[in-house]
Amino acid sequence: MANITSCHTTTPVKQESNHNGKHLTIALAGNANVGKSVIFNQLTGSHQTIGNWPGKTVDSAKGFLTFEGNDITIVDLPGIYSLSTFSLEELVTRDYIAHDKPDVIIDVIGAPVLERNLFFTLQLMEMDTPMVVCLNQMDLAEAKGITIDANKLSTWLGVPVIPTVAARGQGIPELIGSAIEAARHPVNKEKTSVTPANVPEDDAKRGTVHRGHNRRRARFRGGLDAGVDELTALIESEKLNLGYPPRWLALKLLEGDTNISELISSKSANIINASDVLAQKIEEVYKQPRFAAVASERYSLANQIAGDVQIQLSIKPTFTDRLDRLATQKVFGYVTSFVVIAGLLLWTFVVGNLLSTLLSNAFGFFQPVNPQVNGHILSILWNGLFGGFVAGVTLVLPFVIPFYLLLVMMEDSGILTRVAFMLDSAMHQMGLHGKAIIPLILGYGCSVPAIATTRIMGTRRERLLASFAITFAPCAARTIIIFGLVSAYVGIWWALALYAIDLVVMFAAVKVALRAIPGETPGLIMEMHSFKLPSFSVVLKQTWGRTKSLIFLVFPLYMLGSAAVQVLYAYGILQPVSNFMSPLTVRWLGLPAIAGILLIFGLVRKEMILLTMTAIFGANLAVVLTPVQLIVLALVGMLYIPCLSTISILIKEFGWKSAAAISAANLVTAVLVGGIAAKVLPHIV
Amino acid sequence: MSTSTDEYLEALYNLTRESDSASTSAISKRLNISPASVTEMMHKLAGEGYVNYSPYQGVTLTPKGYHLAEKMTRKHRLLERFLHDVLKIGNDKVHKEACEMEHALSDETARAMCQALKSPDSCPDDGQLIPPCDLRFSSCDECRKWGQNDAENISKRKTSVISMTALKENQEGRISFIRGDNKVLHRLLDLGLTPDTKIKVCRVSQLKGPVEIALRGSRLALGDEIARNVFVEKVTG
Repeated sequence: MANITSCHTTTPVKQESNHNGKHLTIALAGNANVGKSVIFNQLTGSHQTIGNWPGKTVDSAKGFLTFEGNDITIVDLPGIYSLSTFSLEELVTRDYIAHDKPDVIIDVIGAPVLERNLFFTLQLMEMDTPMVVCLNQMDLAEAKGITIDANKLSTWLGVPVIPTVAARGQGIPELIGSAIEAARHPVNKEKTSVTPANVPEDDAKRGTVHRGHNRRRARFRGGLDAGVDELTALIESEKLNLGYPPRWLALKLLEGDTNISELISSKSANIINASDVLAQKIEEVYKQPRFAAVASERYSLANQIAGDVQIQLSIKPTFTDRLDRLATQKVFGYVTSFVVIAGLLLWTFVVGNLLSTLLSNAFGFFQPVNPQVNGHILSILWNGLFGGFVAGVTLVLPFVIPFYLLLVMMEDSGILTRVAFMLDSAMHQMGLHGKAIIPLILGYGCSVPAIATTRIMGTRRERLLASFAITFAPCAARTIIIFGLVSAYVGIWWALALYAIDLVVMFAAVKVALRAIPGETPGLIMEMHSFKLPSFSVVLKQTWGRTKSLIFLVFPLYMLGSAAVQVLYAYGILQPVSNFMSPLTVRWLGLPAIAGILLIFGLVRKEMILLTMTAIFGANLAVVLTPVQLIVLALVGMLYIPCLSTISILIKEFGWKSAAAISAANLVTAVLVGGIAAKVLPHIV
Repeated sequence: MSTSTDEYLEALYNLTRESDSASTSAISKRLNISPASVTEMMHKLAGEGYVNYSPYQGVTLTPKGYHLAEKMTRKHRLLERFLHDVLKIGNDKVHKEACEMEHALSDETARAMCQALKSPDSCPDDGQLIPPCDLRFSSCDECRKWGQNDAENISKRKTSVISMTALKENQEGRISFIRGDNKVLHRLLDLGLTPDTKIKVCRVSQLKGPVEIALRGSRLALGDEIARNVFVEKVTG
């Protein structure tokens, strides 16, 4: 049974690039975790720009390279499983392919999971763009005893297939060469062995050569295929000019894709009616919902192809399989999860402390700078700017970089997936599912990249809940407060108690928020990749990416914010504000009058609370504050409001309303917890 | 068929969830009926072909008995949901009420109730899974589209299906029916859980945690709330 698509579409017209050399755009598409980023890094090295898709909270990465005289832009599309509209990532991908029309798509597929990957490949082929399949992770497939015949696969699909081991750079030059070739000759005239046999007559008669001609596509039973062809022809005849290939539109209409249906219903009721009639027939024949029937056919073709091109020798458990069993074993799984998280934090403190001390020592002037609050305005401004910068270099980066380095390694190796699996039911208590553990752990470093990472969660509600939890997570700056105020003057056990209280408060606050944001917790659906050695290039890139976002967003706010509050204070503007707050700070929380000002300073960056106090009161804080006051101040300082940088990322991701609501909730929590502590602690300490 | 037959079968349905067979003493405890009466009833049910029973070996449900027991349990739990969600009756009362009402609930009304409640998956008082219906649909979407008029013409499943979460590690099943809304169904289809696909359970976690399955050469973790609504035909051998 050979499947040959009918001819239906015109080659996309490209103005901005020509195919005879010079400039080309190559898009990388594929499932998550198939090594797409490794290939992207291999191809583009350091020539990358990472940002957002316009108006969408979806990461976008572009890179540039020159290959045999061609200037090439590589676009790394999000890792997805399908081209439906289930997620923003899927929407972004299909819109990009249809509207921006890359010269060629490299579809990266993971050889160990061929069948599932082919499901997406078949969908990509329907987009009717020149395409090359990159059969990656051949080494991992071999380790599992799987051999794949790439030539046979190419014959089946009707597009070139290049086997690669991207982590070792194998096959990359062939891949790029083949992609350029495909882009230059978008119409694949090469006859493949699937073509001659069962060409439907009407297809043969039309005789025009399109690249769709050689491509394999899923067929429908019971004569429904002819119906799809008719629908395609109808769409083509109406000349809707939507940018999507007509056949693809026809299939999307059959699936009942709401996005495409809306798009077309405003233009042609005819097409919608025809597609509904056909969809009804399909549901009758298949006894499945329309979208399930389409998915079933795609999968059955993927199954057929995978069955024909791959041989699985023996299914013997590999070393990684055994490791995997251990990581999710009933008892040991929890131990592993605990060791992973505790190890990550311990590593961060040990290495962070070491680096922080080294940095401060190596550069004498990089000693943490105490805020200057009187003198000439320029000198105060400079002190603020410089102090903010030094704080970033000596207090944030030394902790955050080692933390991310290890975290990314754990992420890339697959350990974190196991932790997410083990902690799924625990996360449900917070209205989240297992995957939320990743941004939450990130929050121990810095809230800013952690909140950005909530993008891996499905819905906005989950993202908001996770971000809210993160605003309470004991980040590097909070840790400095706890240790600087409490550990140094009251005792290490009190410091650890504050840590525990912080976690309890975080849990309780999210529990309350769960009621405020109604909705269901979507269940966990997560691919469990095999364990693998983390890729060096990906680890470095990811770490740098997260650190970079920190530097670009946090440093300017640190510097400008510090300078601003210091000047405001020097000019006596903060005093009235502090006085206004005194019923709260002095009466309710039992803190000295200066606390209001400290908390305003702490808004910029939390550890400013500590630094400003040292600047005002000198080195020994025990003289001015009682142990209870120190604990209360640390508690309130930890909880009262996300810092300026966190607020700005909240606004960026969720809009100012949600950011304001989260900040207000933080403030209320801090006042409550601080007040209770102020009343209770004198009886204990 | 009498009310007490239903009650016995339901009790057996629940008891045989945990272990393969139920002892008469366990049944007697659960229903608060004397062991002698239970033994007598078991002989009667065995005679009618609902259970396999030989003294000292425990009781198991026959396929016929299982089917009926599952149906009654389903009606019971659907009713609990209805009483709780729609009529706002407290959790302390729903069980007793449902016990009384379940015998009078027709299959058609049970189906309509299931649709009206948006295919609920667990009962309100103890979170137990509501068994699937025996209609030959692969998703709730088809059932909704069928409407209420022609309900008697819907064909029935020939074999019984069980929730994926009821499979033990290394057991295999063939996907038959996925309960719930289209959004989850869509995601599962995209990942390859199309009807008739063979899956193998690799790992079941405790505390209603996720299930890890292998299918189409890949491994997936599905949270309990998703996995429990994927029903499979058990593949033996």
